[in-house]
Amino acid sequence: MNFIRDIDVVVIGGGVVGTAILRELSKYSLKCMLIEKEPDLALGTTKANSAIIHSGFDAPFGTQKALTNVRGNRLYHELQNQLGLDIKWLGSLVVAVNEEEMATLKDLLARGIKNGVKNLELLDREATLAKEPNLKKDIKGSLWAPTAGVCWPFGIALSFARCAVQNGAEVLTACAAKKILTKDDKVIGVETSLGNIKAKYVINAAGLAADKIAATAGDTSFIIHPRKGEYILFDKTASANLVNGIVFPTPTKQSKGILICTTVHGNTFIGPNAHDQEDVEDKSTTSVGMDEIIASSQKLIDKIPLGAAITEFSGLRAVSNTGDFIIRESTVKGLIHAAGIQSPGLSAAPAIAEEVVELITDFEPEWILKRNFKAIIARRKVFSELKIEEQSKLCSENKLYGRIVCRCETVTEGEIVDAIHETCGARTLDGVKRRTRAGMGRCQGGFCGPKVTQILARELNIPITEVLKEGLASKMFFEKKLTGEDTK
Amino acid sequence: MQELMYDIVIIGGGPAGLSAAYSAYKNGADNILIIERDFELGGILQQCIHNGFGLHHFKEELTGPGYAQRCLELIANKKEITTMVDTMVLDISAEKTVLAVSPKEGLMKITGKTIILTMGCRERTRGAIRIPGERPAGIFTAGAAQRMVNMVGYLPGQKIVILGSGDIGLIMARRMSLEGCQVQAVLEICPFSNGLTRNIVQCLQDYDIPLLLAHTITKIHGKDRVKGITVAKVDSKMQPIAGTEFYIECDTLLLSVGLIPENELSRGLHLAMHPLTNGPIVDQRRTTSMPGVYAAGNVVHVHDLVDFVSEEAEIAGKFAALEVQGKLHNDLRKIEVKTGEGIRTCVPQILDIPPEGEAAKLFMRVGAPERRVKLEILSAGKVIQNKILPVAKPSEMIAVDISAENTKLMGSELIVRLSRGV
Repeated sequence: MNFIRDIDVVVIGGGVVGTAILRELSKYSLKCMLIEKEPDLALGTTKANSAIIHSGFDAPFGTQKALTNVRGNRLYHELQNQLGLDIKWLGSLVVAVNEEEMATLKDLLARGIKNGVKNLELLDREATLAKEPNLKKDIKGSLWAPTAGVCWPFGIALSFARCAVQNGAEVLTACAAKKILTKDDKVIGVETSLGNIKAKYVINAAGLAADKIAATAGDTSFIIHPRKGEYILFDKTASANLVNGIVFPTPTKQSKGILICTTVHGNTFIGPNAHDQEDVEDKSTTSVGMDEIIASSQKLIDKIPLGAAITEFSGLRAVSNTGDFIIRESTVKGLIHAAGIQSPGLSAAPAIAEEVVELITDFEPEWILKRNFKAIIARRKVFSELKIEEQSKLCSENKLYGRIVCRCETVTEGEIVDAIHETCGARTLDGVKRRTRAGMGRCQGGFCGPKVTQILARELNIPITEVLKEGLASKMFFEKKLTGEDTK
Repeated sequence: MQELMYDIVIIGGGPAGLSAAYSAYKNGADNILIIERDFELGGILQQCIHNGFGLHHFKEELTGPGYAQRCLELIANKKEITTMVDTMVLDISAEKTVLAVSPKEGLMKITGKTIILTMGCRERTRGAIRIPGERPAGIFTAGAAQRMVNMVGYLPGQKIVILGSGDIGLIMARRMSLEGCQVQAVLEICPFSNGLTRNIVQCLQDYDIPLLLAHTITKIHGKDRVKGITVAKVDSKMQPIAGTEFYIECDTLLLSVGLIPENELSRGLHLAMHPLTNGPIVDQRRTTSMPGVYAAGNVVHVHDLVDFVSEEAEIAGKFAALEVQGKLHNDLRKIEVKTGEGIRTCVPQILDIPPEGEAAKLFMRVGAPERRVKLEILSAGKVIQNKILPVAKPSEMIAVDISAENTKLMGSELIVRLSRGV
């Protein structure tokens, strides 16, 4: 059998869990690599979710979800400083609209204290309205969790990957895992779309495909099914009419509920609903779903500014049939699962990574922590965040910072070029959008889309017809045809 | 950082900005700056390579770049007019100091005695109208596609569906046909077209492109690239009618679903805005709620013809020029212009009339298509002016001139309305 690489550990899946694990592995003296089937990292569940770092009162005591959520939340504080992550610790409210719901909040409070969540507090109507004045005046009260935050999930996954690469790990995008290679019930590597990779350990962080990946090694011990959640995102100008932070309705047995929430970049969204489906790829939005989340959010706020909607999207949760995260070794030796990571997976990712890596390093005493692990990564310059004097200095150093390409979000050509050439850089239009916010604003790329396409073609040295929007078959532009007149 | 001073700073070098500059110059201003974000002046006209421009303003049929060229020739080699291209305005302060940036000059602080806002408009997107479905490549606003086809030289796809019968959508239907693409249909949610009649005839009927009125998209299909759309008829409330769905195969969806005045800078200045035009409230001189700040063209309200954009911008340019020369006096009487039956919007919304009276031009749009109606202008309960309209369409502006003499006679309020059955 031919191998294109011979390494120690392969991580399958470039979401926030896979990249967190890669970063944790890169602390050790071993050869590790992450493979991702899409042209960019974090295009699955990590891309489209509520972007909340939960405090940890929601999951039942003693579950993996509860343990890793509470620990993950704490770990993010240090990671934020080291990696320059966009996180705002705004705190979250669970709002009750009647006495029955107030009783539920008391249960949540008790559960949260048991789970180890700090500083939870029940607020009365006035205190709740003081935090969120746009809520309906007849609400009863809320549960305040000051340790919750909003974040930029894609940026977190990207930063984990960039930190890992800085410490010697390798990331291969557009590389699909086809089969886990085994011999005598032991992992020997992974067959991928780019060739075979020899490895002693394989970590299955394949999100929605985790059960199928496990099955290629003969492990059918769990099933993952997709559960869709739809969202409506509003323009920053609408935020004043919505919320300042994170607002949940009181949860029911069925669902954590449809929330009204600000994003770390100052937009606001409503969503998600929750519908099970079979197709792991269908991320279409539906008019029924839109109506559902609008109606639900109107239970907490009277006027949802629908005219200020700028986009709708949906994400798929990877729900396991066990009800909890699956973080364990398979019956196939050397295969470790980090599967079924639905909410609060984003919050839990750093803690999940610690657990997974502990599972491996327990077997490998000669793998030791590197002394020269570089925990800090450089944060790319963001023009719109700078003071005028700093902007002016940047423009004089590099003229490309003086050209605004995206007017809605004030993104310069300099930042776009940086985002293409940085470690794990952008290869697609949406990749540029996620890294720089060019195209994230109210015109949704109508103005900057053609310009960014031209910049990508120039910087990657490819024809405009080869520039992708997102997926491998998402070409955007075509050569003009010769008409009868032209050929004469 | 450079700090510069001008008498008149014009934000946006499209037809409105260029016309405002020329008019200001003609009226005696001699220190005028135009700031344009694109690499050249002319604005969206430069990508509108079709004809049909200029019949009113230049009394001649021109292409978009041809119209832009005429405007540019008028301001060429005038030492009184400075232009900056590839320059973006980031902010305007209440002191009328503009923060702008360009690759060539870096950050600049430019203070104007007066400012004319001529930023134009932008296109409404898929998200704003919540079209359900997947989010593949191949969905473009018609204007973005137009730029790629006409200026960069690439096609957005081969098999095209266009949603919305606004003028850009109709023009793009013809353009894509001429480029050898197959235009499957133009869909319009309203029971009437939102484009100019001449564009329906010349862009759709001449090319056998079906126009499906009272239809909309209920789902976009395709994971990586558009594969097709599901279309349904809509009822009188514009809701899809169950059971009327059908599928159209296509690889591209172009959206022509409305234009929105580009008023981020106006909002930053806290100008009083009108909820229906989405632009600043202006008087007949195109003065906004902030003294010394004027606005004209599509940034105030979306026009049907560029000729009227120029006309409106010339008004703003003229009064800005008179203001900087101290030729305007402040003894003005305020008259509120209100919209009555049948009229959706009217610009200006205010008349500020000096004792000697001052001519004013009103631009109006109706809310729904009408036949045989009388446009009436009332003051103090009396019709002071009227005009018979054989047809009136939301897509076409109605212009009415009011004489200086008539403005002297008005009360504190003016009502514009339609009277039916004439």
